[in-house]
Amino acid sequence: MLGINDPWIWGAYILCILSALLCVVYGIINWNKGAEHEEEEIMEEIEWHEKEKEMEEKELGIWDEEG
Amino acid sequence: MDLLILTVIILVYLLVVGYVGYIGWKRTKNSADYMVAGRKTNPYIMAMSYGATFISTAAIVGFGGTAGLYGIGLLWLVFLNIFVGIFIAFVFFGKRTRKMGHNLDAMTFPELIARRFDSKFIQYCTGLIIFCAMPIYAGVVLIGAARFIETTLSIDFNIALVIMAIIVAIYVVLGGIRGVMYTDALQGTIMFLAMLFLLIATYVLLGGVENAHQALTNISSLVPSQAAATGSTGWTSMPTMGSPFWWTLVSTIILGVGLGVLAQPQLAVRFMTVKSNRELNRAVLIGGLFILIIPGTAYIVGALSNVYFLKTLNQISIVVAGGNLDKIIPIFINSAMPEWFSYVFLLVLLAAAMSTLSSQFHAQGTAIGRDFYETLFKKDTHKSILITRAGVIIGVLIALILGFILPGSVIAQGTAIFFGICVSAFLPMFICALFWKRATKEGAISGLIIGTVVSLFWLIFIHKKEAAALGISKALFGTETLIMTMPWPVVDPLVVALPLALAVTIIVSLITKPPNEKHLEKCFNGIN
Repeated sequence: MLGINDPWIWGAYILCILSALLCVVYGIINWNKGAEHEEEEIMEEIEWHEKEKEMEEKELGIWDEEG
Repeated sequence: MDLLILTVIILVYLLVVGYVGYIGWKRTKNSADYMVAGRKTNPYIMAMSYGATFISTAAIVGFGGTAGLYGIGLLWLVFLNIFVGIFIAFVFFGKRTRKMGHNLDAMTFPELIARRFDSKFIQYCTGLIIFCAMPIYAGVVLIGAARFIETTLSIDFNIALVIMAIIVAIYVVLGGIRGVMYTDALQGTIMFLAMLFLLIATYVLLGGVENAHQALTNISSLVPSQAAATGSTGWTSMPTMGSPFWWTLVSTIILGVGLGVLAQPQLAVRFMTVKSNRELNRAVLIGGLFILIIPGTAYIVGALSNVYFLKTLNQISIVVAGGNLDKIIPIFINSAMPEWFSYVFLLVLLAAAMSTLSSQFHAQGTAIGRDFYETLFKKDTHKSILITRAGVIIGVLIALILGFILPGSVIAQGTAIFFGICVSAFLPMFICALFWKRATKEGAISGLIIGTVVSLFWLIFIHKKEAAALGISKALFGTETLIMTMPWPVVDPLVVALPLALAVTIIVSLITKPPNEKHLEKCFNGIN
């Protein structure tokens, strides 16, 4: 098959293509899924970072623009 | 090749990369931004960045060259890279890593594991292992790019190394991961298009897919006698099972690198940079195609180069390359492809090296700054950014020194060593952290220590390639390796260290006190 006699080798060749196809199909099917908690999480993180920033400002007295 | 044209192309390219890196730098406002890009990265950027980081000059030049000797069997590694490195990594590991990273507000891989197990020791120990082991990998990636520059421009290998190192250091220190991810995405795109061209052009050159493979099958009797004696049966067939050649191909190259990808700190941190699972779902599509084309092309072309060189020079690739596997791909590109492609390919390698190196140095910098220094000395994050940046510079210097002293044909081996250590040391605790609530801090620490110690012991005293090169076993015990009975001297450390570390993690977890329920609830919040 494909000019290769050893099934262990052409098998790998085919598996590479099939696994890439699996990734493509999975990506297409789930293209718009999984963003349900996005805003909530981002808000949480902004809040955490604000708190962290406040704490650091208190400790250091300054906050450098470039960090 | 015209040096003037090349210089102009490289300068324009570096300006574009520099500009993209600058945009990233401008948006890097605080320590959190520097570490995980504020968790708001576009899926295309994320997937391309993951792919470009994952695939480096080591894969293209080093493993491509390795395929010149080991043959198309290396496609098993591509299969694992896609199935394990993309599909399983994104769908099963990535989503949990992202959510747990969010729940614990973790910024680095060691920090995630450490917070999950509530252990500072894990954080600075993991940070230290990353900082110490990463230079081997970074060193061989630098070598990969420098070998092509050396072959193409006929300039001194050492000068090429220094130039590469300086360029990468500047932009990682300035940009942090956001700059790194934007430039990675740009570089990933260039890599994808050029490798696709290389694949098609090589097949066309050799008369089509089936003819090219058939020609390679027909010359199986020409494998070097040394390779044949150790088990090689040709470029389109697996080596004799259980032979040294088979063990190296299967345990070191295919399993070591194929599984190793799951526990790569510089890759795992990328999951923490996306805002939702949707981005990961989309990234699976892009990542799968990326890996199929880039390493897939490198290995197929590496193996097929034998047919080309036999036709044109009446010699097989390893002979044409003077015995140095790392030179097969550079010589093939320069002699078989149109001249303009050599320019493009140099950009590809520059891109591949820069994207991987920058992430490696970034992981190394944060390992020493945030995970080691900040955790151990309880210092503020403000100061740790400075240490992180200093860590990057030190990482570059060590990689550069390794680049000077490492021997030829080392790229694939060096990559495999790093991946092997990562998988044995980090994978058991990483899997348990994500999937097993009963796993305890003591279990994770035991697995981390056993995985690291057994890997190092095996490399220094048992695995012949490294043990003989290091000479420690010879100096201490008067014998190159402690176990002479085959196949042990050719069995990769991971085959022994990974199961042992996993077993120890599980057993110690089961006999120690279960973790606090409340802490687990926080870690697994939103994870089914």
